[in-house]
Amino acid sequence: MELSGGDIIVQCLKDEGVEHVFGYPGGAVLHIYDAIFRQKDVQHILVRHEQAAAHAADGYARATGKPGVVLVTSGPGATNAVTGIATAYMDSIPMVVLTGQVPTPVIGSDAFQEVDTVGITRPCVKHNFLVKRLEDLAETIKKAFFIATTGRPGPVVIDIPKDITDPGVKIPYHYPAKVKMRSYNPVAKGHLGQIKKAVKIMMEAERPVFYTGGGVVLDDASKNLTDLVEALNFPITQTLMGLGAYPGSGKHFLGMLGMHGTYEANMAMHETDVLIAVGARFDDRVTGHVKQFCPDATIIHVDIDPSSISKNVRVDVPIVGPVKQVLRDMLKVVNESDKKPKKKALDKWWAQIEKWRSMNCLKFDRKSKLIKPQYAVEVLHKVTKGEAFVTSDVGQHQMFAAQFYQFEKPRRWINSGGLGTMGFGLPAAIGVQMAHPKATVAVVTGESSIQMCIQELATCIQYDLPIKIILLNNGYMGMVRQWQEFFYDSRYSQSTMSVTPDFVKLTESYGHVGMRVEKPEDLEGTLKEAFSMKDKLVFVDIKVDPEENVYPMIAAGKGHHEMYLSPGSELV
Amino acid sequence: MRHIISILMENESGALARVANLFTARGYNIESLTVAPTEDATLSRMTLVTSGSDEIIEQITKQLNKLVDVVKLVDLTEGGHLEREMMLIKLRAERTQREEIKRLVDIFRGKIIDVTDTSYTVELTGTASKLNAFLEAVNEELIVEVVRTGPSGIGRGPKGLGL
Ligand SMILES: Cc1cc2nc3c(=O)[nH]c(=O)nc-3n(C[C@H](O)[C@H](O)[C@H](O)COP(=O)(O)OP(=O)(O)OC[C@H]3O[C@@H](n4cnc5c(N)ncnc54)[C@H](O)[C@@H]3O)c2cc1C
Ligand SMILES: Cc1ncc(C[n+]2csc(CCOP(=O)(O)OP(=O)(O)O)c2C)c(N)n1
Ligand SMILES: [Mg+2]
Repeated sequence: MELSGGDIIVQCLKDEGVEHVFGYPGGAVLHIYDAIFRQKDVQHILVRHEQAAAHAADGYARATGKPGVVLVTSGPGATNAVTGIATAYMDSIPMVVLTGQVPTPVIGSDAFQEVDTVGITRPCVKHNFLVKRLEDLAETIKKAFFIATTGRPGPVVIDIPKDITDPGVKIPYHYPAKVKMRSYNPVAKGHLGQIKKAVKIMMEAERPVFYTGGGVVLDDASKNLTDLVEALNFPITQTLMGLGAYPGSGKHFLGMLGMHGTYEANMAMHETDVLIAVGARFDDRVTGHVKQFCPDATIIHVDIDPSSISKNVRVDVPIVGPVKQVLRDMLKVVNESDKKPKKKALDKWWAQIEKWRSMNCLKFDRKSKLIKPQYAVEVLHKVTKGEAFVTSDVGQHQMFAAQFYQFEKPRRWINSGGLGTMGFGLPAAIGVQMAHPKATVAVVTGESSIQMCIQELATCIQYDLPIKIILLNNGYMGMVRQWQEFFYDSRYSQSTMSVTPDFVKLTESYGHVGMRVEKPEDLEGTLKEAFSMKDKLVFVDIKVDPEENVYPMIAAGKGHHEMYLSPGSELV
Repeated sequence: MRHIISILMENESGALARVANLFTARGYNIESLTVAPTEDATLSRMTLVTSGSDEIIEQITKQLNKLVDVVKLVDLTEGGHLEREMMLIKLRAERTQREEIKRLVDIFRGKIIDVTDTSYTVELTGTASKLNAFLEAVNEELIVEVVRTGPSGIGRGPKGLGL
């Protein structure tokens, strides 16, 4: 079969099993768009801004585990996509981004819509390629998918000059079933000796805690994690990226840890003698002051990326390997061990944890005349029976969603943790809904964040995506305002967002349904009505308490035992 | 501490940029960096001199290994190794200074490779510290131009850094 570059690209995507491509056309990719026009297997989803294409592909990947695919033009198309690429990079999301480039002969001449895409994206991709010969195209695409989806996943950019896709030039097509790269060999298996060493330490532990993260979700290792936690009867806390891997209602779960983690999770981290970190990267939002982090603990760390280990915090027992295999082998070693976990010590440890739990650190004013954002998330959970895919933007609403929507399953909680990209929520939901057309998909957002990619409401009507947008409208960049309240004597510099469109009318103008709620007693009814509209996008503008804050909070640079628990409280 | 890291990488156009980018993006020190093709045209060899605490050097080697273009890497300073750097140095050499300069070049086993009425150009090879010693020994006012390649290194013994 002889094909041109444009057709080769589409054929490669088919052979790779890609069903959806999120993109936006332009001069440099017109040949590719023509190839897309002439086939039916790969569906192209036309967004309204290239940033959204990347976020949508990213959301698709997070919800399915399959790589998301993006197609944008050169120059501004590529630069617009960069925020989305960086977002995926920071959270280790598998993605392949095809960018158009000016024709090979004019590269470097400041040609129309030329930017050095490989240079611009280099620091925020796992790897990138510039295709210089048509003969390399298919193999490069194979390599890109291979790199994006193996080891520690991440986005890979393929920059494709226009002449490479020239319909007049055809070559024999062959998509390699496999590629081998001598310079890229992700670790396939964790070392059994290290696993045994870790289990020995775990069996001696008196105050152990599991600290698990996005790696468990990325490796689909929920079941392995749950089995191990239950076999050992150890407590577990999860990062913002790990939520759902161990069920939120599971009795060993202490809640999220870190800056806005629960009192019990953070206190357990502070007092633990054996920390078992799994697929988590000791982010500064989690560790707080590294000098005060887990002061008494022997630290075991399972991660597929050697550079994650001992990067921020010195680790005692490193295990480099995939979460799933390592946890499976760990459980085997545990079951075969003649030692058992120290029951007496664990009982004492659990008693201590129950004391911390009884602080009820996530309490909020349930009698308020204003809608509390926490309450709104609780109602959302109730109305969706805890089964929705929830995407979010960045800010207080994101933390409230993480704290109050109990995630029972992995890949249900979809948010930008590492880069913290406002504008992520709605386009990500587009990707999720494309992947799961029948599922309930909700975006928890703020009035500031939603405006960053609001144009995607048009994409939602075009593809009939019945997403539910839950806007916790506090009239502020709440997260910024909270920091200004705490650390700048309430000088609310540029953090007021009182000037917004009428979201109900705006939504209607796009052809969707808009609703507004102002009183707590109306909330449940409105959300029920919204979610009963199975084939409509409904945008619910919920006026919440403008000055509510996220608690608990560990101020930057503090230790885990130093938290603000409630308004006006001292550090505890 | 000073470390010499030797890297075999794919001879691709972006490879050098990836390494350089890594050092600036993560704020690592980079004292020198040399790169050239090897006997295998698909591979280039880079020698990189850096410094930092043990933790930082550990991160540097891990981050370098993570680059998809890096095939193999060794921290030469962890074992016996040889280090050589070449320097070309142009010196003002008027009549009265010529003898003195020549003697110094001989002591350091350098070569004078270009001569004019008023100048000598000297080629000198050795460890970085030997080259530094020469620069200290020669009268500073005579130096017109110094060009150094940056060190390249190789491990001692029969084994090589190969695929
Ligand atoms: C406003 C805001 C507030 C935040 N507050 C908090 C907070 O209070 N608490 C909190 O936890 N986070 C918080 N975050 C998120 C935080 O910034 C980090 O994104 C998050 O803590 C990182 O999660 P993680 O450690 O699970 O790592 P991830 O970024 O999910 O990284 C995954 C790790 O797993 C490894 N891995 C990947 N695949 C595999 C595999 N197959 N096998 C083994 N290992 C693998 C990777 O190498 C990596 O080390 C906040 C973010 C924002 C925007
Ligand atoms: C693109 C981008 N710009 C700026 C920020 C900094 N930032 C973090 S949270 C936040 C405010 C978010 O406000 P809103 O969406 O209304 O959410 P709220 O905190 O009020 O719930 C800002 C500006 C960011 N995370 N992303
Ligand atoms: Mg807000």
